[in-house]
Formats: sequence, structure tokens, C-alpha cells
Amino acid sequence: MTTMTMAKALNSGLRRAMENDDKVVLMGEDIGRLGGVFRITDGLQKDFGENKVIDTPLAESGIVGTAVGMALRGYRPVVEIQFDGFVYPAYDQIVSQVAKFRYRSGGRQAMPIVIRIPYGGGIGAVEHHSESPEAQFVHTAGLKVVSCSNPADAYWMVQQAIACDDPVVFLEPKRLYHSAKGDVDVDEPPAPLFASRVIRPGTTATVLAYGPSVSIAMGAASAGEADGLDLEVIDLRTLSPFDLEPVYESVRRTGRAVVVHEAHRTLGTGAEIAARITEDCFYSLEAPVLRVTGYDTPYPPSRVEETYLPDLDRVLDAVDRSLGW
Amino acid sequence: MADFADPELVQLLTPEGERIEHPDYRFDGDDETIAGFYRDLVLSRRIDTEATALQRHGELGIWASLLGQEASQIGSGRALAPQDFVFPTYREHGVAWCRGLDPAALLHLFRGVDQSGWDPAAYNFGLYTIVIGAQTLHATGYAMGVQLDDAVGTGEQGRDTAVVAYFGDGATSQGDVNEAFVWASVTNAPVVFFCQNNQWAISEPTTRQTRVPLYQRAAGFGFPGVRVDGNDVLAVHAVTTEALQRAREGSGPSLIEAYTYRMGAHTTTDDPTRYRHSDEVERWKLRDPIERVRAYLRRVHAVDDAFFDDVDAEAEALGERLRTECRQLPDPDPAKLFDLVYAEQTPELAAQRDELAEWLATEVA
Repeated sequence: MTTMTMAKALNSGLRRAMENDDKVVLMGEDIGRLGGVFRITDGLQKDFGENKVIDTPLAESGIVGTAVGMALRGYRPVVEIQFDGFVYPAYDQIVSQVAKFRYRSGGRQAMPIVIRIPYGGGIGAVEHHSESPEAQFVHTAGLKVVSCSNPADAYWMVQQAIACDDPVVFLEPKRLYHSAKGDVDVDEPPAPLFASRVIRPGTTATVLAYGPSVSIAMGAASAGEADGLDLEVIDLRTLSPFDLEPVYESVRRTGRAVVVHEAHRTLGTGAEIAARITEDCFYSLEAPVLRVTGYDTPYPPSRVEETYLPDLDRVLDAVDRSLGW
Repeated sequence: MADFADPELVQLLTPEGERIEHPDYRFDGDDETIAGFYRDLVLSRRIDTEATALQRHGELGIWASLLGQEASQIGSGRALAPQDFVFPTYREHGVAWCRGLDPAALLHLFRGVDQSGWDPAAYNFGLYTIVIGAQTLHATGYAMGVQLDDAVGTGEQGRDTAVVAYFGDGATSQGDVNEAFVWASVTNAPVVFFCQNNQWAISEPTTRQTRVPLYQRAAGFGFPGVRVDGNDVLAVHAVTTEALQRAREGSGPSLIEAYTYRMGAHTTTDDPTRYRHSDEVERWKLRDPIERVRAYLRRVHAVDDAFFDDVDAEAEALGERLRTECRQLPDPDPAKLFDLVYAEQTPELAAQRDELAEWLATEVA
């Protein structure tokens, strides 16, 4: 068991994946000598060489498009998009090519690409550096989308994503890179990649979160204890496919669900989860499924981002509303 | 813009069927090879006319014709080594023919029974790409993989590998194509960018894509560009052979602009009479890529009349076979399509597949 930050966990996970499989190739802007703007790839170029940890030209469509060709040649490219807001220039390659290649080839061609995106807000960045585009990728058939919320998951999930024969959009909560520290058992894989997990059992209501919102949900659960609330918290971990069986099981017990995410509310992942819970748990529900989300505005100037982002109070308020139904 | 008087245009066979010299390029094949090209040209045109007819009869939803571009495709396609890999657009039927694909496989996409119809790895011929220019990046990435595999510059024939990206003049305006140029250049990737400048991107002329001749773009990216008479199968073969060799030996990318003309519509949904003059089409008819090879073969008595009759008969038989096989292509099983999305099936899709199967069973009952 080793204690490490999420950044170090991702770095170690990438290193181990490269050691285990010489077809793994990292590509991205500044990932070589600099080690990436967040230092996630620190030291990897030095150890694996410029041909395996490739500093690319400054063009996101090119990063993803050339990764498609690499994959067709039998490699397993892991690309780093420097910031969430810069993924849009690569959107066509991701949606029209990466996601559809297997289908278009009649199931003949695998597309084992991992697209790592530092995502979400809370670091006081300027515009285009705090986006939460997950719903756009979840809505794209052919992609798989996951997000880690702690160092142990970060370490294992990135390796599992690389080993997956399907393309995986790997969302890394950037505000947790250096703030989230935790134990990583490098011998014991925690769970399958596409599985959600109950991380705090409870009886009052079910709070669902992923990535950066997990710590908010957990904070709300701790704070709620003082008011006699016993919240169950589920870390979804995977958004495409959703793993909602543990959620249904939970909601059938608690009768109440609150979904938390930073992304815009309308047609966000919370909307889909609410619909699914309604379809599958209708007779168990004591209240409508409620959402605590970012608002339907562009990500705001950083001086007001704390108002935009879901926080502990908004989560507890949603729980109160659910209980008041 | 350039025309056939352009001194930069590499030409080895005139429209009248006369072989001419070029200081930098030479066609090394014999007359038997040229007769083989003639057969390829005629058969690829026959595939095209049959598919166009099938569309007119409602058997295909759409077809992208190669009419007029046969020499660009056969000349370059026949220059490829087996290990080379091709990334086509949706119009490279002649190149597909050179890679050994059954032409019936080309119809799957256009009939709507499949999104492709062949295994790219089996033919080293990628999927047809509809999004303009996207495949130039795939080709470049694949070429980078070739480098990682040490399959460049070893001097070993059969190992050293080149990658070819086909695209049109319209694609040169796309960001992806320009990014591919940057990438290939700075990584020295073994990729040949083969632009078929057929003068029209649907209704937009090349003057809407560029103010400089397209082959000159390459210089700005740091690799050589050459303009070849795209209706001259010998010149295209010679130029492509050299570019492929350059790539295989590790000298990096190059751009070939095959200066040609799309004699038909962009696709069968298009009406070129709305945007171009018939005298332009008539002028290009005089530069027909097949007629000049026929004229050459006749001029040097390389083949007898029976050869031409045999090729015509073969073309007719091919057309008939395509006609029959097209109508016999089975519709896909909708339930099976759910299994093609992911390597590892998701519970959601499996449930949706079952839901559809159940629904379809209800309908039948």
C-alpha cells in the first residue's frame, strides 16, 4: 500500500501500462520533457523514449486523428488533451471516427484509444479550462466514458481503460490531481472499470456522483450526520455504460435519489439517470429524482465559479427538498 | 490555374497516345504492363458505369463516380507494394480494384446493407471515408506506426512500407489535411498524400479552395510536391512509384497532385449542368485516360484487335456479375448490429437488442 496523489497515481498507472505492453503509446502536447501541464506524464519520455511518449504538434484533431491510424497499425494510443475546453477541435475525429470505427468496419476493427481529459472546474482558471463535456461523449454511441475520483481508482482505471479494446474517454478531475491523496494498493485491482460503487452506505437518501463531485457528495454526507441524515453515496465511476443496478438497489431502499454533477443540467447525465431511475424504481420512489448541477450558462468567470459549482449546501438542500416531498 | 500546357505537369503519354520523355520521371514498364493497365482502366470504368446504372434503377442509394479519374487511380494503385496501406475517400474504386477487392464489396455501403464491405487488414485498403480529409490523419498516424515497427528504411523489399492517403482538391481546405501535412512533415512519416484534383468539389471550383497550385502547398510544409497529368496512367505510375519509394526508404512524405477531371457528377444526387459549362466537359473528353492508352497500344502494335475485344467482353461479364450480385446482397439482421458497436458489449445495448428482437417478433406474429 502506497500513499500518493491522484496525479502520481495516474503517472504510475501509465508507467505500468507501458511496462506491461509495448504497444502502448502516449501522445499529446507538452507531455514529453515538460511531463504535461499537470505533470501527469512526468518522467515517462525519459524512460520510454521520444517514440513512445510523443510530443505532438499543437493540433487536437491531429492528436486524435493520428491516434486512429496508430490504432489501425496495432498500437494502443493514449492521448492527452491538455484541457477539457480544447477537446472540441478534436470532436469530429472522436465522434465520427474513433467512436464509429468498429461499427463501420462491421466489427472487424478495434479502436483501443484512451482519450485522457483533465476536466471540470474549481481551479480558478480562465475560460475554456473548466468544462464538463461528458454528456456529449456519453451521447455518442461507440465511446465509453469513465471518471475517477480517488488515487486508487485513478491508478487502476487508467490501466483498465488502456487494456480495453473499446475507445475510452477518461475524465480526470483536475482539481483533485494534487489535492486528493490516498492509499493505492498496486497489487489488488479495486473493481472492474465499468462498475459503480457504494462508497458510503446509508438509509435516508441516495446521492449519486462521479469525478470531482464525489468529494462534494461525501462532504454533504458527513455534514448531514449532524442533522440526523444518513446518506448513501454512490460513486458512479462509469458513465458509458452506466452501471445503475447498484443505484436501483439503493434507491429501492431509500426511496430518494439526488444526482450531483458539475456539467450543465439540461440533457446532462443527471437527466438520463433520473429517467432510468424513474423507469425502473417508480413504485419505490418517495420523491422525484433531483439534480444538483452546474447551470445552463457557459462556465463562468472564476471569481464566481464557487457559486456555479455544486457544493455541500446545495446537495443538502436537494436532500431536504426530497425529504419534504 | 494550370492547364496541360503547364511545364510543371509531368506527362509521359500524350492524349494522342505518344510516349514522351520527362527529365525527372520515367515509366519503366513494358508494353505488356501497359496492356494490363488498359485492362484495369476499362474494367474500373465498367464497375463505375454499372454502379451508376444500378443507382438509376434504384438498386443503390447513391454512387460516387470515378469517371475520368481512372488513370489517377490505376496508375497509383498499380505502383503499390502489397505491404503498403491505402486510406481512401469514397471514390477510390479503381484503387480498390488494384488492391484485389471484389467490386461487389464496394456496393455494400452505397446500397445501404453495410457501412463497409471488406476487411481493411486483409487488403491493406482502409474503409471509405465520407468526412472530407479525416483519413489523411489516419494515414499519417498509421505511417507513424510503421516507423515504430521499424518498417522504413531497412532496404528490405517487402518490409519497408509506405502509406497513401487519397483525397480531393476540396479536402485541401480542411484543417485535418493541413494538420496531417504538419504531422507527416515533422515526424518524417512514410506517407504519400495523393490529391486527385478533379477540378470540382461538388459545385465549388478549385479556385474556391486555393490561390496557388495545390502541389506547391507541399513546399510550405517542408516536403516535395509534384503535379502530374492525372489522365496519363504512365506518368501517374512513375510519379507515384517514386514517391512511394521515397517514403519506404525513410525520406519522408510527399504530395502528388494528379491533375484530372471528374467527368460525371460529384455523386448521383448532383447535377453538374447547373454549375459548369459543357464546353469544359467536351474539352476534357479529348483527354480521356483510356483512349490515349488504346491509341498507344494500337500505334506500337503491342496487342491485336482480339485483345481489345477480350477486354470488352470481360468488362461486360463483370458488369453483369455486379448487376446480379448487387440485387442479391442481403439486408443486415438489425439485431446483429448491436453487437458491432463495442468489443465488450454493454448491458444497455444488450437490453436494447433484446427489446428490438422482442418487438420484431411481435410484429411478425
